[in-house]
Amino acid sequence: MELNDLYRDVILDHNRRPRNFGALEPADASVEGFNPMCGDRLTVRLRLDEDRISDIRFEGQGCAISTASASLMTEAVKGKTRAEALQLFDRVHRLLTDDAAPPADELGKLAALSGVREYPARVKCASLCWHTLASALRAADSSSLAAVTTE
Amino acid sequence: MKNSALADRSVDFDVHALRRQFPVLSRMVRGKPLAYLDNGASAQRPNAVIDAVDDYERRHHANIHRGVHTLSQEATALYEHARDRLVQFINARSRHEVIFVRGTTEAINLVAQSYARPLLKPGDEILITHLEHHANIVPWQMVCEQTGATLVVAPIDSRGEVHVDAVTALMSPRTRLLACAHVSNALGTVLPLHRLIAAAKARGIVTLVDGAQAVPHLTVDVQDLGCDFYAFSGHKMFGPTGVGVLYGREQLLERMPPWQGGGEMILAVTFAKTTYNGLPNKFEAGTPNISGGVGLGAAADFLLRLDRSAAARHETALLDHATAALSRIPDLRIVGTARDKASLVSFSVAGVHPHDLGTILDEDGIAIRTGHHCAMPVMDFFKLPATARASFAFYNTFEEIDRLAAGVERARRLFA
Repeated sequence: MELNDLYRDVILDHNRRPRNFGALEPADASVEGFNPMCGDRLTVRLRLDEDRISDIRFEGQGCAISTASASLMTEAVKGKTRAEALQLFDRVHRLLTDDAAPPADELGKLAALSGVREYPARVKCASLCWHTLASALRAADSSSLAAVTTE
Repeated sequence: MKNSALADRSVDFDVHALRRQFPVLSRMVRGKPLAYLDNGASAQRPNAVIDAVDDYERRHHANIHRGVHTLSQEATALYEHARDRLVQFINARSRHEVIFVRGTTEAINLVAQSYARPLLKPGDEILITHLEHHANIVPWQMVCEQTGATLVVAPIDSRGEVHVDAVTALMSPRTRLLACAHVSNALGTVLPLHRLIAAAKARGIVTLVDGAQAVPHLTVDVQDLGCDFYAFSGHKMFGPTGVGVLYGREQLLERMPPWQGGGEMILAVTFAKTTYNGLPNKFEAGTPNISGGVGLGAAADFLLRLDRSAAARHETALLDHATAALSRIPDLRIVGTARDKASLVSFSVAGVHPHDLGTILDEDGIAIRTGHHCAMPVMDFFKLPATARASFAFYNTFEEIDRLAAGVERARRLFA
């Protein structure tokens, strides 16, 4: 069944037990992301060591796709430089939207999100955390707080 | 399941014969028969509506109230005939009281800007309830900002009921308008309108009713209700989108200035002065949604011909069946348990986000609404970001509800 392709075991697992979930004090950047269409709301907080993401945590409420995506994202970008994290965002974005996206092997566990592509209404659920991360990386730059929505 | 199949063939209401008049109900979605349980968002159209619009488009279209040629006269006659059907549908006193608008949202904005705005002074109050749709909140917030008036919100209780005493306690000498829903879109609550309107009238307060969710379920008689304004949308009552009605008491509409200027709403224009047209055209600037109006007239006609008390009994039975079936599911909470309730069920399942539930049910061909239902204050009241909502029409079946319950149970197990 196609549903198994959307709700893969990795997604179900990260929804049940989200990694890096909770507050992060102090943080170099804290940004709230909001999807007004469905009410999903999450906050991404991160610490930077020079240009590298040394720690990242998120909290909030959302559907299984949005929670699992945020959980997987925090695992994937921890230890990466800003440029590497944004490059990864670009790859994930293509994975979520582009049928001709290149093989997802190098994305590791993030490849589990590829099933979302078949459900256009759910792409925003999976990408909210990434948009919020991008905004947090910019905020860390200008040391100002910001908010982001996927609308 | 066996009982359900029997119940759908009750002697006085043949739901299967009725379903055959709605072509979309026989289609397949993702390989399963469609179970359309999202009627509160938009209801499906019967052949009578589809054919009326089709006939208009193919044979009669021209601009109305203008040309002397045959098509223009036919189009005008069809459009005005539709208005007559709507006069009958809500038992208005005359066609002067039925204004065609784009929908409930536009109707409420029209009243806010044309009735309330010129009247309101700083410190005046507009009274609404906690269960309103955003369309019956935001237009009042806008006019309060424009005039310095205050928005006052009457509470609901944990069942999602509105108590007359709680509303009247908030009526003050400064209350200029009571605006409330007839039926809550998020909870299904039917408001005690007769008593609310009587209480408002006794204090000289003008009343507007958001009837978007009521017209598909209840027989609406605006004279019996005694409200001053009643707003509803075509597409919730099995008609087209982009068309709806504002009913207004003639004496009030006469006193109100036009909302939008343009063609149709004028009698004579010079650069020095414009003389406005009479009712209802004064409020219908520009070329309207003619085919939509024709379709809405056909929808009203369809409902006028339907045995609505039998339809209402079927809907009540659907609601009871759904409430019982969903209540058997562990960790499921029904949100909105008013004693007088239209046939919809809002619910949440612990551990299953409504959006995931919506996707999983869609895989079974079942369409429900998930989200905040454009009623964020209601979600805040129940401390939920969103709910799932199954909203029924008279063409739904007990079997569809059984499929819904089975799908919800499957989703619960998936995420457990």
